[in-house]
Amino acid sequence: MNAKAFDGKDRDMVENNAGSHAASTPAAEQGGLVPGPVTAPHPVTGPATSAIGVVQRHDDLGGEPILSFRDVDVRFATEFGSVHAVKGVTFDVKPGEVVALVGESGSGKSVTSSTAMGLLPPTADITGSVKLAGREVLTMTPGQLRGIRGDDVAMVFQEPMTALNPVLTVGDQLTEALQVHGIAYGTEADKRAVELLTMVGIPDAASRLKQYPHQFSGGQRQRIVIAMAISCSPKVIIADEPTTALDVTVQAEILELLRSLKNKMNTGILLITHNMGVVADMADRVCVMLHGEMVETGPVHQVLQHPQHPYTQKLLAAVPRLGATYEVAEPEPVTATQSQAVYAIEAEDLSIEYDHRGKKNRVVHDVSFSVAPGEILGLVGESGSGKSTIAKAVLGLLPVAAGSLRIQGEDLATMPTKEQRRLRRKIGVVFQDPAASLDPRFPIGDIITEPMVVHGVGDRRSRLARAEELVDAVRLPRSVVNRYPHELSGGQRQRISIARALTLDPEVLIADEPTSALDVSVQAAVLEMFAELQSRYSFACLFVSHDLAVVDMLAHKVLVLKDGRQVEQGPTENVLHDPQAEYTRRLLAAAPVPDPDLQAERRQERRELLASLGEAAY
Amino acid sequence: MIPVSSSAQNTGRPAGGTAVVDLAEAEDIKLRENAGRSYSQGALVRKRFFRHKAAMVSLVVLTLVTLLAFTSIGFAGIPGWWDKSYTSAATIVNGGKPTLSLVPQFLGGEGLRWGEHPFGQESTGKDYFALVMRGTQQSMIIAAIVGLLSTVIGAAVGAISAYFGGWVDSVLMRLTDLIIVIPLLVLAAVLGQMASGLELGIIPLAVVLGLVSWTSLARLVRGEILSLREKEFVAAAVAMGAKPGRIIAKHLLPNTIGVIVVNATFAIAGAVLLETSLSYLGFGVTPPDSSLGLLISQYQNAFTTRPWLFWWPGMMILAIALSVNFLGDGLRDAFDPRQSGAHRRKRGFFSRRASVTEAGATTAGGLAAAPTARGAGLNDAPVDADGRPNQPHNTSGFGAGGGQGGL
Repeated sequence: MNAKAFDGKDRDMVENNAGSHAASTPAAEQGGLVPGPVTAPHPVTGPATSAIGVVQRHDDLGGEPILSFRDVDVRFATEFGSVHAVKGVTFDVKPGEVVALVGESGSGKSVTSSTAMGLLPPTADITGSVKLAGREVLTMTPGQLRGIRGDDVAMVFQEPMTALNPVLTVGDQLTEALQVHGIAYGTEADKRAVELLTMVGIPDAASRLKQYPHQFSGGQRQRIVIAMAISCSPKVIIADEPTTALDVTVQAEILELLRSLKNKMNTGILLITHNMGVVADMADRVCVMLHGEMVETGPVHQVLQHPQHPYTQKLLAAVPRLGATYEVAEPEPVTATQSQAVYAIEAEDLSIEYDHRGKKNRVVHDVSFSVAPGEILGLVGESGSGKSTIAKAVLGLLPVAAGSLRIQGEDLATMPTKEQRRLRRKIGVVFQDPAASLDPRFPIGDIITEPMVVHGVGDRRSRLARAEELVDAVRLPRSVVNRYPHELSGGQRQRISIARALTLDPEVLIADEPTSALDVSVQAAVLEMFAELQSRYSFACLFVSHDLAVVDMLAHKVLVLKDGRQVEQGPTENVLHDPQAEYTRRLLAAAPVPDPDLQAERRQERRELLASLGEAAY
Repeated sequence: MIPVSSSAQNTGRPAGGTAVVDLAEAEDIKLRENAGRSYSQGALVRKRFFRHKAAMVSLVVLTLVTLLAFTSIGFAGIPGWWDKSYTSAATIVNGGKPTLSLVPQFLGGEGLRWGEHPFGQESTGKDYFALVMRGTQQSMIIAAIVGLLSTVIGAAVGAISAYFGGWVDSVLMRLTDLIIVIPLLVLAAVLGQMASGLELGIIPLAVVLGLVSWTSLARLVRGEILSLREKEFVAAAVAMGAKPGRIIAKHLLPNTIGVIVVNATFAIAGAVLLETSLSYLGFGVTPPDSSLGLLISQYQNAFTTRPWLFWWPGMMILAIALSVNFLGDGLRDAFDPRQSGAHRRKRGFFSRRASVTEAGATTAGGLAAAPTARGAGLNDAPVDADGRPNQPHNTSGFGAGGGQGGL
């Protein structure tokens, strides 16, 4: 039992410590707060997180909620009037329960959760009540808020790259939280930090305390963020899209970690996510939000298996899943007997290097593939697998270090500049980020017709006609040609991107994660439109994606990459439904599905798969 | 559950009357219904600029000063409405005291009066109003030429250096460094002295000042374009086969216009002061021509006995430099409202919130909410358009941005 921790807490919680705090004390004793040797029984078996010495287990409170929202209503005063972001939301989080707040961008889910920590800017006008362990959060003074932040409620952020301070060591950042809340100082704090890191599954924690965030991988950084969040044994953890920025295998690990920590500490978790698979994997209860209103709430089985509200139904239907397919154009087979047809894209033993201050860093090794005219090749892999690098090389934005890369039989890299421009007419490109891929100072019409201007095709009138035709093709109103990118939503911008790529009727289209920045229902609309355009214009396509389900729905062939090397290649139905390589199986096992029962099964299967490979689940 | 199948089944149009629950569709309907005017980034910046009070007052002051300077004594041979010349001497009336009076009689003054020599006369009896107006004209010409020249050179050097990189970048940036390490005043003095033999009045001096004062803008533009260059719209332009000239002129420079315009105003203010210092030191404008700095240097000894000889040019310099600076401030706030610091100051005065009901009082903030509402994922024009094209739309929701401040 660590007295210091409670001294610190008591000072902060003088006014109101009757209910929850007193109740948590026996639990803490049971869990044991002694740092160092493990004294607690193991509630859950897990490899790295057997130590519970530095965190405490919270009491159940007899079914009372630990965090409760009542008619929470938030308005923001903006330059151009008031924005009603959250419209009267009511729900509870009980100890040991995971409540998922689900919605697409603009649904107000993050704003709702921010009220629980008092993190909204002063321009927010909040009414209603948010009670944390029986205390009203909305009326707290800044000092009281600082007291509860970290101590009673902690946050796990979306972006582990920016949630940690790059100029401080991981140890400094972990001990900071402990010192601020008066839990431990000096070497004792360091000792606790080591244990926390061990708990979240960072091997060799003692020596890694002195390292900086950039020396850890993205998944490890998210583990460190989680270690910081649990350092003061919070009663509630708010996890705001905790796995959105991570690869699917890392996501599965982080979810396993959160689950085991929750079981150990009996904390409530408010999980904010847009990913229905994550919801199915983690949540006990689900709250679905739309435009600031809660449209449906209930246990996870009921909401995901028998959705009542039409929005929830659409949202679930829009989730891409393995096995479903869109109708796309049939590729023209390329055979030796044909004298005319050549592969749209053909790579042989392709290697690509980045030149970093004179040092060559090879990121793609000996990759070979070919795309026939009218065929879609899905390039699949996790971050760092080199899939986008290959796409860039095909566009001629990166030089080829070794091997060959031919577009319609011609090598873009070795051509004279003038010839390059001619060949580029035949290549269209759609990038990932809808915010960055359109020039903010160009009207939409100019954006779509820019390829025509660059290549001197047509006059003013024919260009406008072409722009309107393409705007029709991507199902946007014609008036949009006079609007600016910032007036459009992400999905609409991405459709404009596709329209621009099709302006000159390209024979090859490079799509670099075209839907991964979009909301799931918007993604469904864009993918469907993409498939329709592909079957109409039958261009060959290199489709880069990290989402296996999306690739499964669109691509004829799949190439799986890992660390710049090809793992498996072949027709989609073979690779994704009967994978031969271990890595592909692993990827498929890690992708969550939006059905709690099925997901529980898959989770078990994944554990078994990993156990058979001699690895831990997280 | 509805399987995602080949047809348009899952995004089919809703039956008439039912609520739209598909986000993609709701967005499209909103776009279709949005019949309002389309505001470009530029239009929004203009709107914000015209609401900036200090900048508007400065704009009026600067316009009035310019009109006064150029209409009063005339310019380039065209006579003005003021009958006295800044070159012709006259007899000194009343010790050369200014005849201008602005204090009304009922306050013990001499009433509103313009008089024969509103700004007084200098030692040889020349009309000081005409001299100051001439000096102001010179300052304005310098401001215009330096502003234009240094902006064009700075933007071009910065953009070319950043876009091409490699040895081009090295050469151009070392040249910039070279100009930066030579003291500006010395360089301008030497070049100004050499150029003064050209018999073109102030223009050679202005050109010289323009040629040496582009360095800071070049560095700023370079930094901005280094980050813009990595944006996907630039990659898209390269991939479609656009030439470097087009990419720089059409995509990169227009997106740095905020930095460029703001720095142009500061360069102008700096140039006015630089000319003043040069003339004060005797390297700039030489008699019989006049400039504000020259007037100050000539009559600095008269400060105790005839203070108006010092005050009038001094006040003119102050008025021009201040109003140009305020214009720059206004432009900067208009291009990037988040930099204004308005909401930060507000947070200081009205503390977080004492009670829930009081929260309403703190929502009076004007510009401050722009980043907040962006996070809320709204697609309205004004919300996104903060003048920074870099990340106009945040798809990730609010928490990440708003949350980090708290821990």
